[in-house]
Amino acid sequence: MEGAGESLRDTELRLGLPGTDAPEKPALTVTRGGKRALPEDNEEAYAKSSKSSSAEEQGEGDLCGQEPPAAKAQVVGWPPIRSYRKNSLHARKVEGEAAGLYVKVSMDGAPYLRKIDLKVYKGYKELREALDDMFKCFSLGEFPRKEGCSGSEYAITYEDKDGDLMLVGDVPWEMFISSCRRLRIMKGSEARGLGSRH
Amino acid sequence: MREERSDMSEDEDGGGGVEQKERWGSSHGGGCCGSAKSRGGVWTDPPPPFSDQVLENVLENVLQFLVCRRDRNAASLVCRSWYRAEAQSRGELFIGNCYAVSPRRATDRFHRVRSVVLKGKPRFADFSLVPLGWGAHFSPWASAMAAAYPWLERICLKRMSIADDDLSLLAFSFPFFKDLTLICCDGFGTPGLAVIAEKCRHLRVLDLIEAYLEEEEEDEVVDWISKFPQTTTSLETLGFDCVDSAVNFEALEALVARSPALRQLRVNHHVTVDQLFRLMVRAPQLTHLGTGSFGPPAALAPQGDVMEHEADLVSAFAASSFAEITADELKPVIHHCHNLQKFWVLDTVRDEGLQAVAATCKDLRELRVFPLNATEDSEGFVSDVGLAAISEGCRRLRSILYFCQQMTNKAVITMSKNCQELVVFRLCIMGRHLPDHHTKEPMDEGFGAIVMNCKKLTRLAVSGLLTDKAFGYIGKYGKSIRTLSVAFAGDSDVGLRYVLEGCPKLQKLEIRDSPFGDPALLSGIHQYYNMRFLWMNSCKLSIRGCKDVAQRLPRLVVEVIRDRPEADEETVEKLYMYRSLAGPRNDAPPFVKIL
Repeated sequence: MEGAGESLRDTELRLGLPGTDAPEKPALTVTRGGKRALPEDNEEAYAKSSKSSSAEEQGEGDLCGQEPPAAKAQVVGWPPIRSYRKNSLHARKVEGEAAGLYVKVSMDGAPYLRKIDLKVYKGYKELREALDDMFKCFSLGEFPRKEGCSGSEYAITYEDKDGDLMLVGDVPWEMFISSCRRLRIMKGSEARGLGSRH
Repeated sequence: MREERSDMSEDEDGGGGVEQKERWGSSHGGGCCGSAKSRGGVWTDPPPPFSDQVLENVLENVLQFLVCRRDRNAASLVCRSWYRAEAQSRGELFIGNCYAVSPRRATDRFHRVRSVVLKGKPRFADFSLVPLGWGAHFSPWASAMAAAYPWLERICLKRMSIADDDLSLLAFSFPFFKDLTLICCDGFGTPGLAVIAEKCRHLRVLDLIEAYLEEEEEDEVVDWISKFPQTTTSLETLGFDCVDSAVNFEALEALVARSPALRQLRVNHHVTVDQLFRLMVRAPQLTHLGTGSFGPPAALAPQGDVMEHEADLVSAFAASSFAEITADELKPVIHHCHNLQKFWVLDTVRDEGLQAVAATCKDLRELRVFPLNATEDSEGFVSDVGLAAISEGCRRLRSILYFCQQMTNKAVITMSKNCQELVVFRLCIMGRHLPDHHTKEPMDEGFGAIVMNCKKLTRLAVSGLLTDKAFGYIGKYGKSIRTLSVAFAGDSDVGLRYVLEGCPKLQKLEIRDSPFGDPALLSGIHQYYNMRFLWMNSCKLSIRGCKDVAQRLPRLVVEVIRDRPEADEETVEKLYMYRSLAGPRNDAPPFVKIL
């Protein structure tokens, strides 16, 4: 996909679910907004043109990119409402929708974590692609496209129900979903050790 | 006496706090108390050979009556003897910026502290502008205080990162601990609360205000409410509306029943209205009642003798400012609340609801109107009409925070004339760069009138379309302003210049998305040591300008926060700078560069 608009979107960090342009719902637990910094759409910040209506009604001023940048993007932290308050108001709005399977994703060296809904992906390939997308701006190498790719600088690991650190990809997807508590993208020598095990 | 919540947003004494005294206390050589001749010539004979020590003891006894920290700071500057006496008698330690001074330095100077107030992250952290892991860790302070202040009774923290272990340390280190107030803090969870509840037998206040507790799995959540001592407690304030996890209601009810001193209670959204009613019955002596959020809007329907309680409430039920109350639902209730002083509400009550408030609540001091939909282009429920109405009816208003979608200069000017007691004026017109709704002119005149007419104004937040002219007004008339928040405003460097050159009392300046660059930054060099901090993000600053400031002001810590890879190394996206006696901090994360 080419075009300025598309590449802008590609590099845009969003709390929208990876692989989707407009997330199905405001991810309630994702925005512990006080802890995360999202890039602001600076071009919009100085625009004095009249607003086009932004399609979402979610009222979370510190999420951006719910819609493609054509509509007026919401700006981080504006209006200045503490996310605690925003989240409380949304509690009612998201009630009744199916709960996702959200896990935190951390990457060594990145200043903040992300959260993803594992139920959205059909398998490991999609997951890797999504993580690659999400952390592209931090990564200095490629994600391992398949297990045992010893040349990569990163390995995707997860913490399972027992608290053990496991390499992603060993068990069937369904089993993985049910036992994964959080994801961690490791880099450097630690990763190489894990990655080259197979 | 406990500070009210609203006071925390306004440090009532402004001024330097600890830092200022240390900074200028470079050489107070020679005790002036050696000389006996006071100005009035009271002693005509040479004084008896009192030792300095005795004099200081006398002085301490006198100084202990000084409560206001600004007065204390002034007293400590008189001479070394007074400095020592003041240090020995200061009971409350206020640290406006946890990085301005090292814990060790504070505990070395003040030995008899019973109460500590400590603030951490800059306020814009509340709006996702400060990345996770930035700092403001409570641990080093906890350790220092645990060692130095065994008699400590009160701790109030704002925007600090606190670990459960820190809370544990508190609980075990301070046998007389009475008051824990945490505002917008994070990092801890129910285990920490449990230790506090269990070990602090003299606890009077446990107040969690908009804290972000650590996420816990169901099986990780600790039943902390049950950990309070089973005997009669001395609890006066219990606030946990921000705690996500449900609490054991039976334990809570029992706790309330055995806490005869309980005056303020804020429960979280898991407590239903019926349960709330049961609590109110148990605690008829409550003066403040609130809840994190409501389920059905019918929640506010009066229930029999609940109405009598409400007449006593000074801080209304709508501190559940999360309830989507309409004007019709509000009116019958607010009609009774003649004593209401503090009112936080959602804008769903509309201008009509605010008119009802204005008609009844003649003693209203603080009003906050929050938006249901915190987006720029949502339908606005309140407007200039509501603001004007409030100003007509509530002449004693001191503090207002008002979110709206449209505003007029006229309404703001009206408020400036009617509400002469205003100390805090924060108007947020949610659409960026929105002009006066009727005249289409910038909002300069409105805010200009506020600074011109409200002589007691110390805190101001501006919004809407503003030109440099507005800043000209602020610089010219805002002589008492200590805190200024600016967003999406101004035309050029001149705007910021006006403020930095014109507002001598300025302490806290936070700016976002405004076209101020290096020249403007440099124009404030004379001022930055007098201020607690300056925050600027998404302006027009460059590394060169910031480095320039850092070089010229060695006691200023200049932090450039780079939380995403910039294409351009020169641009400074986020700047946070503050005076400090401690020098560059050693806990800065990798995305913070200290110049």
